Amino acid sequence: MPLSFDELQQKAQKEWEAFQRAAPSTRILVGTATCGRAAGAQNVVEAFRKALAQEGIHALIHEVGCLGPCYAEPIVDIIKAGHPRITYGNITPEIVPQLVRDYLINDNPRADMALGIHGDGKIDGIPNLFEIPFFKLQMRIALRNSGIIDPINIYHYIANGGYSGLKKALEMTSEQVVAEVQKSGLRGRGGAAFPTGQKWQFLLGAPGPTKYILCNCEEGDPGAFNDKAILESDPHTLLEGMVIAGYATKATNGYVFIRYEHREVIRRTQMAINQMREFGLLGSNILGTSFGFDISIALTGESYVSGEETALMEAIEGKRAMPRPRPPFPAQVGLWRKPSNINNVKTLSYVPEILRRGGEWYAGIGTERSKGTAIVCLSGNINRPGLAEVPMGTSLKSAIEEIGGGAPNGKQIKLLQTGGPLGGIISASQIEVPLDFDAMAGKGAILGSGGIIVADERTCVVELLKILCTFIYEESCGKCFPCRIGTAHILDLVKDITEGRGRPGDTERLLAMGETLTSSLCGHGQLTISPIRSAINYFGDEFKAHIEEKRCPAGVCKALGRQG
Amino acid sequence: MREKVEKVIDSMKGKKPTILSALLAIQEEIGYIPKEAIPEVAGLVGASANEVYGVITFYTHFRLEPPGEHFVEVCWGPSCHVCGGKEVMDAVLEELGLSSDGTTKDKKLTLKRTSCAAACAQGPVISIDHNLRGRMTPEKAREMLARVKSR
Repeated sequence: MPLSFDELQQKAQKEWEAFQRAAPSTRILVGTATCGRAAGAQNVVEAFRKALAQEGIHALIHEVGCLGPCYAEPIVDIIKAGHPRITYGNITPEIVPQLVRDYLINDNPRADMALGIHGDGKIDGIPNLFEIPFFKLQMRIALRNSGIIDPINIYHYIANGGYSGLKKALEMTSEQVVAEVQKSGLRGRGGAAFPTGQKWQFLLGAPGPTKYILCNCEEGDPGAFNDKAILESDPHTLLEGMVIAGYATKATNGYVFIRYEHREVIRRTQMAINQMREFGLLGSNILGTSFGFDISIALTGESYVSGEETALMEAIEGKRAMPRPRPPFPAQVGLWRKPSNINNVKTLSYVPEILRRGGEWYAGIGTERSKGTAIVCLSGNINRPGLAEVPMGTSLKSAIEEIGGGAPNGKQIKLLQTGGPLGGIISASQIEVPLDFDAMAGKGAILGSGGIIVADERTCVVELLKILCTFIYEESCGKCFPCRIGTAHILDLVKDITEGRGRPGDTERLLAMGETLTSSLCGHGQLTISPIRSAINYFGDEFKAHIEEKRCPAGVCKALGRQG
Repeated sequence: MREKVEKVIDSMKGKKPTILSALLAIQEEIGYIPKEAIPEVAGLVGASANEVYGVITFYTHFRLEPPGEHFVEVCWGPSCHVCGGKEVMDAVLEELGLSSDGTTKDKKLTLKRTSCAAACAQGPVISIDHNLRGRMTPEKAREMLARVKSR
């Protein structure tokens, strides 16, 4: 007999309090999500094990997710009894023994290494973590627990309001849950920004008994890593969102769709699924009700197009991930020919808080038509790359300058590549644009999945377009000919321009081909024109210099001189 | 080899395998898709060998040849590109004596270029035997490869 939800919450509360009080012993939290690992976090974990053993100190090490300030990885938090929780940045294995001696033995909190403290306590020389520039403008809803809780401890999630949204949903009718999500104004975060409630309504209206909720974590966009970060940092927020979606649409099964190579993402998600089963949050009779729903992980291979909603279903069925023509739409004929609904990780990760706090609360955040927050991945030539969540309507400039700290080494920001390779390339002159689906689209920038790559004056826009077009060409699935053939011709032409073979009229030819590709079967070909059009729109002079003057102003294209 | 393939195939029975999930399991276990596996996978899921081959050639990470002892990935995606990824890529290609994806003559290392390693904030990124390393420079990449080669 599983525990009742009240009992679960009480148990969770006790466990979370002990964690915060560092009972029974000091807690050391190392961020070992993908970005932390790339910075060597695994070696930091080892270094702590060794240093603790050497000094004879008993402490519990937790591997947590991504707090967001990737610039300061490896990031370590220490919770020591009687002290506020401290977040440290740039903790290399070499520093660890010193930090252990200084703080854990000699009670010197090493303010010089700290990024900030959590909560109300004070330590001289250490600011409140959420007041530092990287966090100050942030409002964390989907990322509320990321880097804060132990992602594979379900009690931590429950103690922080987890599964209360599901509990509340189960006391409502499916129609009421859909209405609540509609009231919130939530729009899809996978790129198309379609109203989520409306999408759920389609599936709710479709005949059963078998219906599917598919969560897309393929996230192949270079420059975007937020979906995987959520699953590594707080898998339960996504999984709770999926169960609520399942209840709202009267669906029976869910799949989380992840590329096989993201092993840590898969491992943490699978552990969370197992815990849900154990606690009666998945399977039949969820939380003692008559509602049943199950979730499994479906692995995909390396294919960008497999993140397209109908190609995704082909991949789950084990086939080549090629898109299907629409209609019929997935809500009518989806996975295994059953009605299906596909949502992105971020979209579903908002759902638990929307249910817990109400659709109206969520609708009060953001702008008129873009509600809630934007989760952005800052990378490229920026002082503080990382993962941040800000209210919609925050300017791109605030995100890049206040959160990201602007370009390093006193360089000028030249351009921003947003929304993935099929998004846009916009000039830094457009940086005042608010983060809002429609305002960004109006600039040709596209918020898309939230990737924002900052490039300074050393980047050649034509060469960057070549990189994007190489990606688009290599990842075309080959099913429909406009995309299969067109992306090859487009790449050839862009290469010609970077190698001094550009001819007058090439920019017009690129635009015309891009236009032709809008007749493709899926977004891959249809959106190929976006980076081309925005790059030519904002950097027409630079294309002209390459084509007519055989000159690369950034001095990047080797076949051309800087001065011509 | 046949035994290894059969072991993986047996472990998939009763788990509603698909062509893709069976192939992923085989490559995970064996490191590539041996010829013998194609009819086995076809038999397991009730597909034709042709369909299985079609799936293998669609997903770009499936290999029909055994890889080298160590596996190196270098990211050429736009985030890494603007942070100096091209210089890192050039250094790796030179160090391995390759001009593109492939395996070194001594079968020690296999290189695969990738368009995103999901650690964009740490670019440029490379990975050796699935261990990611960020903030790469050509010098650091050469050092890491030299260490792997001497293992």
